[in-house]
Amino acid sequence: MEKTAVKKQNPFSRLLHSQMMIPLVALLLLLGFNLLMDPTFFKITLGTNSDGNPVLSGNLISALNNGSELAILAIGMTLVTAASGGQDISVGATIAISGSAMLRVLCGTESSPSSLAAPIIVGFLVAVLVGMLCGAFNGILVAAFKIQPMIATLIMYTAGRSIAAWINNNQLPIVPGKVFTYFGGFIPGIPIPTPFLIAVLCFIIIGLVLKFTNLGLYTQAVGINENAAKLNGLKPAFIKILSFVILGVCVAVAALIKCSRTSTINYSVVAQNIEMDAILAVALGGNNLGGGKFNIWASVIAAYVIQLLTTTLYKFKVSSDALPAYKAVVVILLIVFSAPVVKEKMAELGKKIRKPAKEVG
Amino acid sequence: MPEKKKKRTLSDANLLLLITIVVFFVMYIGAVVLLGGGFRKAQMFFNILDANAGLVITSCGMSLVMITQGIDISIGGVVRLICMCCAVNLELQNGNPFTAFLIAMGIGLAFGVVQGFLVAYLEIQPFIVSLAGMYFAKGLTTIIHTNPISVTNEAFKALRKIEFILPGLGYYNKKGTYINTTIELGSVIALIVVILMFLMLRYTKFGRNFYAVGGNKQSALMLGINVKFTKFMSHVICSLLAGLGGFVYFMHIGSAATSNANGMEMNAIASSIIGGTLLTGGVGNVIGTLFGVLSLNTIQNIVSSIGLDDAWWTGITIAGMLCLFLIIQSVVMSRTKKK
Repeated sequence: MEKTAVKKQNPFSRLLHSQMMIPLVALLLLLGFNLLMDPTFFKITLGTNSDGNPVLSGNLISALNNGSELAILAIGMTLVTAASGGQDISVGATIAISGSAMLRVLCGTESSPSSLAAPIIVGFLVAVLVGMLCGAFNGILVAAFKIQPMIATLIMYTAGRSIAAWINNNQLPIVPGKVFTYFGGFIPGIPIPTPFLIAVLCFIIIGLVLKFTNLGLYTQAVGINENAAKLNGLKPAFIKILSFVILGVCVAVAALIKCSRTSTINYSVVAQNIEMDAILAVALGGNNLGGGKFNIWASVIAAYVIQLLTTTLYKFKVSSDALPAYKAVVVILLIVFSAPVVKEKMAELGKKIRKPAKEVG
Repeated sequence: MPEKKKKRTLSDANLLLLITIVVFFVMYIGAVVLLGGGFRKAQMFFNILDANAGLVITSCGMSLVMITQGIDISIGGVVRLICMCCAVNLELQNGNPFTAFLIAMGIGLAFGVVQGFLVAYLEIQPFIVSLAGMYFAKGLTTIIHTNPISVTNEAFKALRKIEFILPGLGYYNKKGTYINTTIELGSVIALIVVILMFLMLRYTKFGRNFYAVGGNKQSALMLGINVKFTKFMSHVICSLLAGLGGFVYFMHIGSAATSNANGMEMNAIASSIIGGTLLTGGVGNVIGTLFGVLSLNTIQNIVSSIGLDDAWWTGITIAGMLCLFLIIQSVVMSRTKKK
């Protein structure tokens, strides 16, 4: 019913009713605010870094650069949310685990080796494997034991950083060589930050997967009504575990970028609170946190909105400790205005204002 | 028929509670027999209680919200904010413990009313609301004061020193002098809160409404329960208890820093789960929550007294314990469904 009604309207009002509306409006508001306050916010300069390579710099570039991990995680988190109707709060901890495993492979047992103990690709593959295992562990608890996702992942959340500490024996190994820093910095000759390129690659892959497989449809089916999906021949348990495993892969990619940025990993603070931001991205993207229909692109845009908000606040000299307070205010305002109840009330109010005007006319 | 059903769910909830209590006693008695040492003294038990009195109080609030099918992850942030505000009031503004207490409860009430309104009346997901609440509280803490404050206020120090002697539980030390077993004011408050919450949830109409709303919102609505108001009140009470728990926590540590109460919300959730509260709502008991907190901290003490000092062991054992309890709960619940 609703669909036909939407189809008849023009493209503009279709966009107005779509899920992309909230993050897009938030993005435009933020950009507009910055344009009003200080147009130099948009300045992008092409400079050279200490190695003499061309690099782009500017506030927008830094938002795209630093928001990459969050955007990559938002992909997996959206799928998990849609399939299981809950969120994974262990992504920060699993980043610590898979990052530590990667450094363990790359550095061996030494804390600052002079050469790599294994090729980077091997380290990355191990990280992916570890991420997938953690995801599968969470997924099995959720799918087979029917534990609420948030509670099931609380186990990994509690144990994650401890396991990471155990993997590297409480040390903070430093990865030697310049090549490893390319993933979190710049590849010589390419002025665009590599994390953003990696994120775009992830978007393309997930886009192709959603287009050519039934993953999206099946995920929605399981999220909307598990029993109905089962009767239609789907395996809800498998779909749920799969979504957690995909999130595990996203976590490993994010861990690669995080480790590469500093050439090391501080397991106790790395990616702290990133799970909260990732869930926020899913919610701001207008996805129902109770599962069902989803829109990955809305989550991705929302992830960049969150990062742009951070960049904007830094621009206004807000200290990094006080940042969450301002962020919370903006988030609450956004969510209150996009809440269905508030929307209904606003619509009623709008009608009331219009009615007397008609009578007069 | 309906009566039968009610009985079964009740016995089920009681089974979860029983498992928690039995596991706690087995663990504690095991520690007394096998490890001996500090565990043989009653003071050890009360030390655990003293150190976690704040957590017990906040966990009771968390259980209440979870019974009503919600969640509140802002309490860690609220406790941190309260510590900082109380310390600033006592040290920099010449306040007294009473004003500090009022500030603590005021902050709790403010967070509760705003979050409760957003969750109950605007129907926004409690996770997101309390997530924003947590960010707001943590950010505000550093805006108010960034450096750690150690409280030197005399009246507050006197309040901190209040201890109750428990007759008959003391022991003779090597020199032969009798050492009393004592309990801090905070623990007494915590136990009173647990008893009051238990009585309210079990014997008052107001308290039973929480179970009704958490168990099935639709039937609660049809029974004429004000679902929105009940949800609203669950958040208000939870935040008020976070206020009280924050003050008790502050009384125990006696200083404020921007790293206080880190991860308290997750400990509270874990304690509630171990105590048999289900996140799906409608099942839970604050007595279980009390034992949840005690179990969590007893196992930490056991791990460190065995000699596994490395920090990572604590995290891994807690996670293992959580995993065990979750699987037990899952098995119990699926058994009920099959019946």
